[in-house]
Amino acid sequence: MNSPYSDKVLEYFQNPKNVGELENPDGIAKEGSPACGDMVQLHLKVDEKKKTITDIKFRSYGCASNIATGSIITEMAKGRSIEEAKNITWQQAADELGGLPAVKNHCSVLAVDALKEAIRDYEEKHGLVKEQVPTTIEVIKERLKHVMNPIHGLDVLKTNLIENIELKDKIITVTVDLAEDHQFAPVVKEDIKEKLEHRWDIEDVIVKYRE
Amino acid sequence: MLKKPENQKLLYIYKIWGDKMNNNNMIYLDNSAVTRLDEKVLEAMKPYFFETYAVATSEFAYTMGIQAKEALENAREVIANSLSANSDEIVFTSGATESNNLALKGIMYNQKDKGHLIVSELEDFSVLNTAKSLEKEGYDVSYISVDSEGKLDFDELKNAVREDTVLVSIQHANQEIGTVQNIEEIAKFLDGKDIIFHTDATHSFRRIEIDVTNIPVDLITISAHTIHGPRGIGALYKRKNIKLKKIMDGGFQENNLRAGIENIPAAVGFAKAVELVTEEENKKIKKLRDLLIKKVEDQIEDVTLNGSRSDRIPQNANITFHYVEGESITLHLDMRGFAVSTGSACFSKSLEASHVILGIGGDHERAHGSIRFTFSRYNTEEDVNKVVEAIKDVVTNLREISPLGKKGSE
Repeated sequence: MNSPYSDKVLEYFQNPKNVGELENPDGIAKEGSPACGDMVQLHLKVDEKKKTITDIKFRSYGCASNIATGSIITEMAKGRSIEEAKNITWQQAADELGGLPAVKNHCSVLAVDALKEAIRDYEEKHGLVKEQVPTTIEVIKERLKHVMNPIHGLDVLKTNLIENIELKDKIITVTVDLAEDHQFAPVVKEDIKEKLEHRWDIEDVIVKYRE
Repeated sequence: MLKKPENQKLLYIYKIWGDKMNNNNMIYLDNSAVTRLDEKVLEAMKPYFFETYAVATSEFAYTMGIQAKEALENAREVIANSLSANSDEIVFTSGATESNNLALKGIMYNQKDKGHLIVSELEDFSVLNTAKSLEKEGYDVSYISVDSEGKLDFDELKNAVREDTVLVSIQHANQEIGTVQNIEEIAKFLDGKDIIFHTDATHSFRRIEIDVTNIPVDLITISAHTIHGPRGIGALYKRKNIKLKKIMDGGFQENNLRAGIENIPAAVGFAKAVELVTEEENKKIKKLRDLLIKKVEDQIEDVTLNGSRSDRIPQNANITFHYVEGESITLHLDMRGFAVSTGSACFSKSLEASHVILGIGGDHERAHGSIRFTFSRYNTEEDVNKVVEAIKDVVTNLREISPLGKKGSE
């Protein structure tokens, strides 16, 4: 009998580590949303001198792979310097779990994004961030690397799912190479909007489908 | 039997069940997906695989073929009787999907001009996607919305009817939330209007009575797989005067409406399955459903019953457990030996949340946390007690992890 999940994913699903919250966390993040069906919350404690993550807790709303990636990311980050932790990739997190089904790779992306966001939050609160970067096409592309193409389990840029990106008057228009009635069209749209609409200098994100 | 657990999932099941775990003592509560075959059905089918295995022939051919033909016609009569219909109004198909395709395409393709079709937005995919496919071919389709219980907006339906409306297809009972539509009211409204009325009764057939002498419905989709019959057989009831265009080319079987060798063993099994469902059984199943709903609502906080309390098929309970996600619930329950299904996007290959829960005005969170329990002949009160205990535990644990709700920070 084969489960789509590795033994390790199932083990973490049953017994997740580092669940909960921290008192007076130095950095917090909440990525995803109940609407998307997955959400990860992280709390960090950072040693101010060594700039290492001394404690980290997570909460997760989502499927088994969401819970497992949320858990593994806390173990991978704990004890590391914030610079090292920033460089953890979704692929590393997925590998650490013995791999994820392609359709679930976005869970790993979400967990990694939450970790980066929590570190950014820490840096911002401690005056470690330089000026806010204005949104450019390059910045948008960087963000889109965190949107999964559920068909392949790889990001939408790498899999040429993005036809066009426009940035005009604080409005981003992304054209996706999917028919409007494709089974994954609504998911991809939601994910793209989620990744871009919270940027400080953006007012709206429009996702268009293939004609 | 499980002797050597090969992976974590099996190991976990093993820990709870020991070597007693096998599919026979798993508690199966996904009976709207498919039901376990009744042994009596299999017994009825057997002779038509091994003894009377010929195709149905004309009465001028060899004996075995004539006997096969008789068996097929007897089965047809049993199924017709269950709807108070005539035998020649039953067309055997490969199941509900084909019946729905035949009803919608068969009617629309038979028109001179491309006319107008009306369906509800809660239809199962075999109606919904057939309607969408017809739309692409140039037919006009209206999708009627439903209220928060999944009941059809009857006024919206009345207003949607046009001069060129050919067919209205409204399901009898919903596949996910079990809401039963008042098809009598719809049928009577359409009667005399020169509009054909089809209902997909896959999930209500034999659980709720349908009498075509009282309800002027023209086409009804039924299937064996929901009533402990075999898979791969269904039927379309077609009122005598209704004209259909054949949608699959081939031989002249089924009154030249459905080509292909008749599935006689399955038809015989279908008829047996129809006979085996009793009023008493439906009452028992309804009791189990009500017990589950009551226990869950009494014992678990922050739950929502999806669908209607009163107009509901006896076998269905669909409940959202807020702040937690359905795939996680189903996997935990699976490991404890229960089979249920969910409307969560994560559970589906398409990553899309249930169009039914969204259609009744539920948000995505309500869809993601929804669990469907569907009962059958083989479920007991003990099953209900066990699943409620298990789900209480599972939901509590998942809520401990969840960032949403009371236990979380929000």
